[in-house]
Parts: sequence; C-alpha cells; structure tokens
Amino acid sequence: MLKIKNYVKVESLEEAYELNQKRTACVLGGMVWLKMGNRNITTAIDLSGLGLDTITETEDEFVIGCMTPLRDLELHKGLDTYTNGAVRESLRHIVGVQFRNCATVGGSIWGRFGFSDVLTMFLALDTEVELFKGGRVCLSEFVKMPKDRDILVRIVVKKTPVKTCYLSQRNTKTDFPVLACCVSLSESGVKAVYGARPAKAFLLEDKEHLLDGMENLNDSEKKEVWEKFAEYAATHVSTAGNMRGSAAYRTLLVKVLTRRALEAVGGMTDEN
Amino acid sequence: MKINFWLNGAKKEEEIRPDTMLLEFLRSLGCYSVKRGCETANCGLCTVLVEDRPMLSCSVLAARIDGKRVMTMEGLQDEAKEFGTFLANEGAEQCGFCNPGFIMNVLAMTKELEDPTEEEIKEYLAGNLCRCSGFIGQTRSILKYLEYKKESNMEKQENRNQESAEKEVQA
Repeated sequence: MLKIKNYVKVESLEEAYELNQKRTACVLGGMVWLKMGNRNITTAIDLSGLGLDTITETEDEFVIGCMTPLRDLELHKGLDTYTNGAVRESLRHIVGVQFRNCATVGGSIWGRFGFSDVLTMFLALDTEVELFKGGRVCLSEFVKMPKDRDILVRIVVKKTPVKTCYLSQRNTKTDFPVLACCVSLSESGVKAVYGARPAKAFLLEDKEHLLDGMENLNDSEKKEVWEKFAEYAATHVSTAGNMRGSAAYRTLLVKVLTRRALEAVGGMTDEN
Repeated sequence: MKINFWLNGAKKEEEIRPDTMLLEFLRSLGCYSVKRGCETANCGLCTVLVEDRPMLSCSVLAARIDGKRVMTMEGLQDEAKEFGTFLANEGAEQCGFCNPGFIMNVLAMTKELEDPTEEEIKEYLAGNLCRCSGFIGQTRSILKYLEYKKESNMEKQENRNQESAEKEVQA
C-alpha cells in the first residue's frame, strides 16, 4: 500500500524542487500508477496549485503544463489537427474517460514507462521537456536520462510541419498495448517510434536511408521501400515477451504496424 | 490534516490522513454507492464527479479535493432513478454492483457529449466494466434514455414557446 507522511501543495516550483531533494519525497502526477505501488513517501509534493494544467498554442509550439490531464490532450483541437488525429488515437484507448481525467501528461512522460502510449506519441513529434533545473531537453535525450531529483514542468511540441500516424495492438479494449507504433514524416525524414516492446519507447531512425526521396517515387515503388523499412524495423527494434505477447509476436507487429503507418503518412490510406 | 469541500452540495470540513484516498474517505462519510471493483484503476466502479468531471476516486488523494465540489450518486438520486429505470426495463441490471459507477459516468457523458453516436457512447463508457453482461442491455437503455431526454427537452422547449406566445397575445 502507498503510505504518505506529509502532503504539501506547493506554492512555487522552487519549493517543490527543495522538497524533492530528499530521496523519500515524491512529486505527484495523476496517481493512477503511483497508488498501486508499496512506497513509503515522506513528502508528497503536489504541483496542482501552480496553474500547470493547461495547453497553450502559440504560432510555433504547443506548451503543455505537466499537470494537464490526458483527457484534455485528447480533446485539444489544435493538437488533433496538427497530428492528423494521432494524439487522440494514442490516448483514447487508455482505460476510460475517468482514468484519463486523473492521469497527467507529466506523470506519463516523467515515468518513462514501458507501456506508455503517451511517450510513444510525443517521441515521434519534435518534442522537448522543460525541467526546472535542467532547462529544455530534447525528449529523445530525456528518455535516456536516469531519473534524478529535477522537476518536469512542461512539455513543448514544436509545430514542425509533420504527418503522423499512431497505431496500437491490444489484446482487449482498454488494456495496455501489446505494441504501440507512431510514425511521423517531416522534412527531416521519417521517425518511427515503438512502445510497449514491452520496454520503454524506442525511436528508430532511417540510418540506411531507405526512405530518402520517397515522395518522388510512384505508388508501387513507394510500397516497395515501405516494405523494406518495415523489415529494417523488425530487425532493429528489440522486443521481449511477457504475459501479453511473445517477442516473436511483437516483432511481427513491428513489421505490420510500421508498414500500415507508413502507408498512412505516405497518403495511401487513412489509418488515424 | 483538515480539508474543506462540498459533498453533494453540502459544505464539509473533515480531518483526513495525508494518504487517505477519496474512495475510502467518501465511504467513511456514508457514500456507499462508491465501490472498489478492482485494484488497478480499471473498473470504473468508484467513479465520482469532481468539479463535474468523472474521476476514479480510487486514484484521487482526498487531500486534493480541498476547495472542490464532489458529487456521488447519493447526491444525484433523481437523475440516477430516471436513468436506472431505463436500465431495469432493458434487463441490463443483473448483480448491480457496477451500477452506481456506470450511472455516474452515463450522467457525466450526457453533460459532455451532444447527441452521441453508439460508437461514441461505447468509447466514453469503455472504462466501466460489467462482469455479468455483454453491455448490450446497457447500450440499449442508454440509446432509449437519450431519445427520451431529447423528446422531453423538445417538449419543454415547445411549452416555453407556447407560453411566451400566449403572453405576447395577452400583452
């Protein structure tokens, strides 16, 4: 059972940071994951009084406060349009509306959970996290960083023109994904992200330049390079087995979902 | 620690422990409609409205409702009875354990979605599990309930229009 000795609704990020320097302190997100553990927390730090639960859209970015509920992300028109519905698709399968009203984007991203749809989605976009002491860090760097005592304040998505498609395979509705896949296509190329491998989301880059210049190809040539990239993904994305699926099944899903997502961002199908 | 909040419209001041979860706290105040059906934030049985948003009370720290308005089914008896009749008429009610959480989320849905399709209804209610049935009866009852609400709203509107027309004639 979760035990909390003190609860502090902080009045500033500085206060939160100071309190969080103790190992037994913990910053609260939406608590849907945290409450299932057996932790003994001396000080639970609540950021909900700092107005960090909103999404601000500017001309060139979306600035998302760490306490924004997943449900608000799902319903945000700007994010929906910008990602061709991918953000909504990545969220709507997560348990239920009541759950998504509780769970926060900061909790999801900070936790760097293996099962995270949210992390998979944002890794495929041009995303940075804003840390109280660490400043702005590219999300792909943040994923590799060890969990320290800093505080995740905001998530910033740059409005780089992009086409995205989010797909996931689930054994049953509302369950964790067996595999999640998000592919984005921008001027700088393709980013393919795989979550629930079951390890945490992994960003695959097209190091062999299989997809270079794909916009100039005809339909059958496109299909050929997408198939090649799907093969490439299947050999370069490591998977493992657990109660939801075997490693072999996940690798098969990597291939299939990659191809389908490429077809969608390449404009041949409408998956989202 | 002390918290101040509104429970079903009544202002309250209560003493809580820092790790009390809202579910246990509400039950300790006599709101037994709030139930625990799982240990994994998956079943939706503990759904309550916090500031009109449906939330899982099993995952909300009681400390966090300080200054907020909480509604449980105890405070929505008329609405619950109205929809509950539709559930019963469609034979959707079996053991009944999941009903309060389900009804709370249906009521939240009717406020949030305008004229939802069956697909939208299913998506909104996906986080409410019933282990007796296959949700067919529930879906039927919701569709009929929504139709009934639409008709009665239209009737009310017509009556209002008629009244104002009569007033105009009199004037």
